[in-house]
Amino acid sequence: MRRLVRPDQIRVFSLVVLLVAFVLFFSAQIPGYLSGRTFVRISTGVAIIAVVAVGQTLVVLTRNIDLSVGSVVGFTAWAVGMALASNKEMAAPLAVLLAIGIGVLSGVVNGLLVAYGRVPAIIVTLGTLAIYRTILVGVANAKTVTIDALPEWMKALPRANLLTMGDLEVRAMVALAVVIVALFQLGLVYLRFGRRLYAIGSNPDAARIAGLPAQRTVFLAYVLCDALAGLAGFMFLARFGTITVVAAQGMELQSVAAVVVGGVNMLGGSGSMVGTLIGATLVETIQQSLIRVPGLSEFWIDALLGLLILLAVASDAIILNRLRKAWLARPTPSGPDGRDDRDTGARVSDSALSASGAPAGGKSS
Amino acid sequence: MTPQNLLRRWETLLVVLLAVVVVINVAQSPFYLRLDNIINLFQLSIEKIIVALVMTFVITSGEIDLSVSAVMGLAACIIAFLYSHGTNMAIAVVIALLAGVACGAFNGLWVAYGRLPALAVTLAGLIGYRGIARILLEDKSIGQFPDWFNALGQQPLVGPLPVALILFAILLICAIVILQRTPFGRYIYVIGNNREVARYSGIDVRRMKLIVFIASGTVAALAGILLAARLGAVRGNTAEGFELDIITMVLLGGVSIFGGSGTLVGVALSILLILNLRNGMSLADITGNTQTGVIGALLILSVLVPNLFGAFRDSRAKSRRAARAT
Repeated sequence: MRRLVRPDQIRVFSLVVLLVAFVLFFSAQIPGYLSGRTFVRISTGVAIIAVVAVGQTLVVLTRNIDLSVGSVVGFTAWAVGMALASNKEMAAPLAVLLAIGIGVLSGVVNGLLVAYGRVPAIIVTLGTLAIYRTILVGVANAKTVTIDALPEWMKALPRANLLTMGDLEVRAMVALAVVIVALFQLGLVYLRFGRRLYAIGSNPDAARIAGLPAQRTVFLAYVLCDALAGLAGFMFLARFGTITVVAAQGMELQSVAAVVVGGVNMLGGSGSMVGTLIGATLVETIQQSLIRVPGLSEFWIDALLGLLILLAVASDAIILNRLRKAWLARPTPSGPDGRDDRDTGARVSDSALSASGAPAGGKSS
Repeated sequence: MTPQNLLRRWETLLVVLLAVVVVINVAQSPFYLRLDNIINLFQLSIEKIIVALVMTFVITSGEIDLSVSAVMGLAACIIAFLYSHGTNMAIAVVIALLAGVACGAFNGLWVAYGRLPALAVTLAGLIGYRGIARILLEDKSIGQFPDWFNALGQQPLVGPLPVALILFAILLICAIVILQRTPFGRYIYVIGNNREVARYSGIDVRRMKLIVFIASGTVAALAGILLAARLGAVRGNTAEGFELDIITMVLLGGVSIFGGSGTLVGVALSILLILNLRNGMSLADITGNTQTGVIGALLILSVLVPNLFGAFRDSRAKSRRAARAT
């Protein structure tokens, strides 16, 4: 029997409710909040972080993590900016390809080390986080990309609109981010590669024994993740124009926060791109709106954000896990899916995350 | 232990690397091995290495604590905030320590009793505790602490040794004894190896994890206070980003990120290696940023190289077996 509502959908739905609640709260507090300008401001911020978070989701689904994305975004933004500044005739598609190419290269390094070198993801990407940034600082030699040096089309890009309704503008970059989220969501659901990500994240050993090409899949997840980070680097350059060597520092934690709030399980195996997009939107909305609430100091942002992440994870583990268990406990023709295996303690070579145990109980208790 | 085993041990490799680095450094500067330089070496990152000790417990038990740097910053901000509002400094220090206990307990409760992934909980802590620190100090920088407090971080206590260094030595000895010589320490290894086995052996896994996280928060707060004393002024972003350095120190010491294996001797050696390496690179005019990159590469290689050797050994053994079979 096919059920209409799955627990994961409840999750996404509750996030939407939370987002609406926040928007209502802000609109009650901030005069003139519900306007096209607010939408433009938040959506352009979301666009970049969402693209990074989509890549992060691919990796987290396989029970890994990529902490190097911030450095990749910064490196790409700087390198493409310098290339454009020194060669103004460079065609736009070429600049995008260059950005993605740099990302792919970083992803190949990360992926090789994690998938084939069997070095834990957190160690690899903690290392490459430092290494990519070091290379950037070394190459940059204290030179900064300035907006004046960029070609005209690049300066016009962040203001380019796809469609305009009154003062509500949908920027081209926002549309691009939405298209990427949609494409990857479809890929996760319908492509063999997408299903493999879930299978590997749910139970790496079972996936390997079942004959799935686990190494290749994890490798590809990293390549795609950093390719997206490269693309985000291009968008970062377009949005800010001025790029120093510390550009996008800390974006790795922002992307992980978006992914976690979006309901992607840090232990791998569950989550969706739509959830990630809403997570990114929620985080960005709070960050951008809180400053404008009268009487509330902007210094409250981080404290609230931390609390939000904790609530997101806690609600996922405590409430939704019960739902999921109840849902799986009912007999279905195909039996419970692989996800449940995680709770039986059959873990051998898991990530650091899984060492903290499966959420809520497990069959044995 | 057989000599062959000794050669294969991670600690041996660290000692060799350390020796190489020290020899190169001495060749660069004849003053390198002077006592004041060595003390200075420790002084500059003393807070991080103190936290690395307790982080070893956290990682060995199979968890991770990303929030330590935020707790350090929060403790520093609390004393600055309270002192600037007229609280007695000694009381402020006690309150900051209690805040560390509270942060650790908060993390620990969610991880141990809520069974949430430590990475997510302490990421929330990393952002949230830092947020509280920002609420307290906003964008101000607060300094001008009482003289006795500044002296704590800036002047030697016994002979040439500053308080923090003595504290580190005491903590190191305590940590080695606890982790390697007491049942509590053995339990941490068991829990890190296999939580279920630990539970069936009658170990109160949840209580143990809670204790480890509380220890982590408390020591981080202590380190934050020492940092405030050494710097003489505190901002909202004090100690930001320290967590990565601290975790690197522990992992390079051969502690498995999956928990259950590693020794404090290894961590102590890796601390020495990193300190000497950084100092040597500074002598050779290599910037701090490049130093971080080099240590990042070292971290990856420290796991990759043994893995590759293992894979090589396996494939050789396999081909030998295949040859024998034919």
